[in-house]
Amino acid sequence: MSPAKRAAEVSGLYVRFVGDAEVLEHIVERREGAKVPKGSVQKLLALKEDQGPQECEGSVGEQDYLDALGTGATAGEEDGGGGGGGSSGPGGSAVFTFQTAKRSHKMAQMASEMARAPGRTVTFCSPGSPEAAGSPSRGSRGAAGETRTPPKVRPTGGRGRDVRSPAGESWASRLNSFLPQGRKVRFVSSTPHRLRKRLAAPNLRSESDSDLSPSHSEDEEDDDEEEREEKEELREAELTTPSKVAAAALYRTPAKKPKKGLEPSLVEEYFTAHASSKVTTSDRTLQKLQTPKLDQETLARLLDGKPSSYADEINQLNKEHEKFFSKWMLQLQLGFNVLLYGLGSKKPLLERFRTSRLLGVTHLVVNGFFPSITLKSILNSITVEVLEHQGSFRSPVEQMDFIMKSLRQDPSLQVYLVIHNIDGPMLRSEKTQQALGQLASLTNVHVLASIDHINAPLVWDQAKLSLFNWLWYETTTYLPYAEETSYENSLLVQQSGALALSSLTHVLRSLTPNARGIFRLLAEFQLESRDNPSYSGLSFQEFYQRCREAFLVNSDVTLRTQLTEFRDHKLIRTKKGADSVEYLLIPVDPATLTDFLEKEDAQ
Amino acid sequence: CVHCSSASGHFVFFIIYATRSLIIQIHQFILQEDLNKKMLDGLLEFVKKSAASFWCRDDDWMSRMRASEIPTAALVLGVNMPDHTITFESMTELLHDSLTPFVASVQAKECTAMKQLMQKVLQRLMGTNVMVDEDEAEADLGFHTRDCPQKRVNCSLSALCDWYQSATKKSPVKSPRKRLSSSQSEFLQSPPVVVIFRDLEAFSPQVLQDFILVCSQYVHQLPLVFIFGIATSPSTIQRMLPHSVSSLLCIELFQSLSCTQHLATIIDKLFLTSKFHFKFSAKVLQVLVGIFLYHDFSVCNFIKGLQLSLLEHFHSQPLSVLCCHKQEALVHAQQLNDRDVERIQQLPSFMRYVEEQVPEEQVQLLTSSEHVKGVCQKLLKSLHKYHKNFYPALRCLHVLTSILPKYPLGKQIRELYVLCLEKKVWETQEYDSAMQLIRMLAKDELVTCLQKCVEILTFCKSKKLKKVGQQLQDITATCEKLDSKKIPTDSRKMMCTWLTACFVKSVVFCTQFPRTHLYPPESQPLYEVWYYSSSGTVRRHLNATPRTSIQTALSHPYCYLQNEALKNDSGIISSAAPDICIIYKLHLECGRLINLYDWLEAYATVATAAEGKDPSAIEGGKVDELKHARFIRAVSELEFLGFVKSTKQKTDHVARLTWGGC
Repeated sequence: MSPAKRAAEVSGLYVRFVGDAEVLEHIVERREGAKVPKGSVQKLLALKEDQGPQECEGSVGEQDYLDALGTGATAGEEDGGGGGGGSSGPGGSAVFTFQTAKRSHKMAQMASEMARAPGRTVTFCSPGSPEAAGSPSRGSRGAAGETRTPPKVRPTGGRGRDVRSPAGESWASRLNSFLPQGRKVRFVSSTPHRLRKRLAAPNLRSESDSDLSPSHSEDEEDDDEEEREEKEELREAELTTPSKVAAAALYRTPAKKPKKGLEPSLVEEYFTAHASSKVTTSDRTLQKLQTPKLDQETLARLLDGKPSSYADEINQLNKEHEKFFSKWMLQLQLGFNVLLYGLGSKKPLLERFRTSRLLGVTHLVVNGFFPSITLKSILNSITVEVLEHQGSFRSPVEQMDFIMKSLRQDPSLQVYLVIHNIDGPMLRSEKTQQALGQLASLTNVHVLASIDHINAPLVWDQAKLSLFNWLWYETTTYLPYAEETSYENSLLVQQSGALALSSLTHVLRSLTPNARGIFRLLAEFQLESRDNPSYSGLSFQEFYQRCREAFLVNSDVTLRTQLTEFRDHKLIRTKKGADSVEYLLIPVDPATLTDFLEKEDAQ
Repeated sequence: CVHCSSASGHFVFFIIYATRSLIIQIHQFILQEDLNKKMLDGLLEFVKKSAASFWCRDDDWMSRMRASEIPTAALVLGVNMPDHTITFESMTELLHDSLTPFVASVQAKECTAMKQLMQKVLQRLMGTNVMVDEDEAEADLGFHTRDCPQKRVNCSLSALCDWYQSATKKSPVKSPRKRLSSSQSEFLQSPPVVVIFRDLEAFSPQVLQDFILVCSQYVHQLPLVFIFGIATSPSTIQRMLPHSVSSLLCIELFQSLSCTQHLATIIDKLFLTSKFHFKFSAKVLQVLVGIFLYHDFSVCNFIKGLQLSLLEHFHSQPLSVLCCHKQEALVHAQQLNDRDVERIQQLPSFMRYVEEQVPEEQVQLLTSSEHVKGVCQKLLKSLHKYHKNFYPALRCLHVLTSILPKYPLGKQIRELYVLCLEKKVWETQEYDSAMQLIRMLAKDELVTCLQKCVEILTFCKSKKLKKVGQQLQDITATCEKLDSKKIPTDSRKMMCTWLTACFVKSVVFCTQFPRTHLYPPESQPLYEVWYYSSSGTVRRHLNATPRTSIQTALSHPYCYLQNEALKNDSGIISSAAPDICIIYKLHLECGRLINLYDWLEAYATVATAAEGKDPSAIEGGKVDELKHARFIRAVSELEFLGFVKSTKQKTDHVARLTWGGC
């Protein structure tokens, strides 16, 4: 780095770079959601290969914000992070990064960057900052620069490419969407020639407006450019003529950057981004994929037996956690309850704990992630399996009282509850957690549970926390959530419909022939109109008419009773139309419905 | 337990721990009782009085005016509701034992409507009775069969009245406690009916108003007494009840000790005493006090933290076997095995001690285990002695500095304690300024402080301190003598010099005294045996940050997986990272909605490159099945963790659920 450059940096001078497209944007108001022409990603890819290594310093803005936040995140990190490996975790600023406004193809670009250098690395510490590549102008600008002024100085070191974008900077530039996208890039290489380019967003619009007046002649800019070259031996690899105008002009009249004033609060930022319902993502859909949708079985088959590339480390990590087993046991016996958190499925760990420590004692395993688990089923298994009580109960409250009473009366009976995902969707309700907490507060009930959802701790308030008496353990396992996610209706997984079909047949088998006929009528009608995209269901009146004609019902009261029963079994769904007429719909996909009818016919 | 050498050793620690936690519980119990004793006594008196007035109702104007008022006690208990449980339990027990078998305690969440409230009250009152009159088996049985169907049909206060009449008639003078004198027989014949509303704020005002209105109609037949548990302030009653209703109540206010005072007492009784040997290092104490002050105001949680650290200490430090009473510890020290001796030799404080010794002694200490045991006993004795002196000295210093303006050394004794634990207090700036302020104190202020110090010092057991106390007393006595004497003009000058001398002496005392006794515990050999110092563990287990952990694992896998491929500068992630980390990183780039196709394509690019192939080879939606499957798994895992959810806003899109770090 030349002394002059250093001096320039110290005194706060910035070379600013404004791309031609940005200048254009500046004059003509920018249109939101401008789509990138297809293929620009690839083009970009090829171009970027030639760029020198670049690195941007993390900007002050983000740091300031974190300082203002106080020690909260960072302090928590000190103790909270790195427990697994015994190393201290990264600072809070690195973990909680800030998102920027959506740029189309940002992700693709990120991916290509990551991909380009498998051994190399890409930083993400300020994701989605206005890297020019994300904006539509970048491709063309880069191309022009490449052809016009090939870089005279090129780093020779084989240093990996690090791209890091300044978050704080991006904040400033994001505030006003009409401000041109700023770019602040510092070149660092291991060679003695250090390239350093600083491009910052013009912060004062009026200033840049005046600077960008068309009166600047080309010659003038060239002079400036040369002058600078002499001074600093700096080459702008990507400069095109119009951007040189801007850069040079700005260089000539450096302005102080009122950074703080422009920084919006996180809250403002949030609402700016969420104010418009406009979605600026590409319109491509998964239909474009040549591979078909995978179903659950194929998925399991494909993923089975493919060990992670870090199997050894993951194993070691899990071995570390197993050392806690005796401690957990001791703490459970002393009236604490143990709660596990951290990334990765904790089911195998808990299972190992169960098989190694709990085999001789009474224990109950609750799969909280199971989509149809209820408090009643948990309580039932306690009363039936643990307490061996054969009676039934009028309400869960009564059942709870019974359990509490029986367990209090028999302090020698020690019950261990292993709850996988106590934050599971079905267990999140206040009442369920209250009941579990009451169980946990008993001296002879010991709870060992796991949580995974990032907002899971919100399930408990102060009173419940005191009931549970948790001791928190960080057990990051990095194991796949194979079982936990298999119940989730993922968008990407083709539903085989096997479950829906069997439930349909089971419920219908218990109904009267008339009722089956009614359901069949509805199913057939729905299948007939399956090609009609605006089909919203069969209206009640019409349905009644049809049923009457088929001699299935004699009054609309009978039909309504029947429909109530269907609804209770979740066989049908009713919707009020715009004309306040009730529409009936079977919430099952057509294929399953056809299967069902065929099966019915076969019988 | 990693350190425990044998199962029997483990057992010993466990036993010690168990006894210790018992001690804590007992201590805690006593404290709780003590702290609330004043309030509970007042309450008891109040209930007694109001019940008595129910029966000895004269015909005077006052009682007729009060006739329809329900006596009500409003207990202001502080914001941490879970902590109230103990208070209410001991209160119910107390009422039960000494006054009345008829106590019903209700919580807001079980009484959302009038009917439920009534039902609960009746159930608890009648149920209680059943439990109490256990010897009346016949009545008991009959009661049960009659009660169950009746409850549903006739759940009204008039039923309660009838029941009350019959219950008091059936069990005449059935004293819950035998020691009650016969003069109270009339009182016992009709014990008051106490209804406790545990959390008044949470009750629906309408339900409460209705209940009070109904009850006021029966106040002539039933000696009802209400107890309101209030977390915030007494004005809640005015806010919840209109004047027409609150005028039916005759409210008396009882204030419990605030939770910070409660904490101060606990610290005072458990930590600032040489009787209790387990100690916290400054950091651990700060963490626990921090959790208390900034998170929950819960004394119970503080005790939980104490129990946890006790457990951790005994579990992780095998030498904690020496952390007990002096005689026991000496015996234990004699019985140490070779491994324990080795552990002692490895203690940093012991190593420092060895370094200070003469060379021959050093050799002895490093080679002879018997010698180490002997020295260990000696050191343990001195550790006990040190603590005996430490706490009175600390209290004296606190007395002297807590009256200073701006409290340079802290207002609470715990702040001063933390300061003294951390470093040599006399080397701090705060101490200097405190001493300067002491010099500026008025004479009588200083004398009062010194007298308090004398009191503290004379009560302590250490001879050394007693001597100091004696000296101090001499000084104060002289000061007072000089003060009280009529000073003739001629000798005034001489007196002044006397006085100044006394003053200087006392100031010198203030400055010198801490230096001899308030060395930080780190300076003492073997201090590790008594002090628990792993603040990180305590914080991790009590005040965990699950989300930080998950996000760290996603963005910095190297923190958990020590693989060189993942090692990078902060904030950098390689394409070789686990799938979910890559997917997470890619999703951070998106706005509110994420296009699944783009996401998949981006992921495929990265994954292909990670395999060492050219990523540009993927064209036009050709993604191999395995990668597709891996992508699906990672996305469903993110969905499971709550980072994204499916949305119907746009085809094949998912919505992001996090915003930046929030």
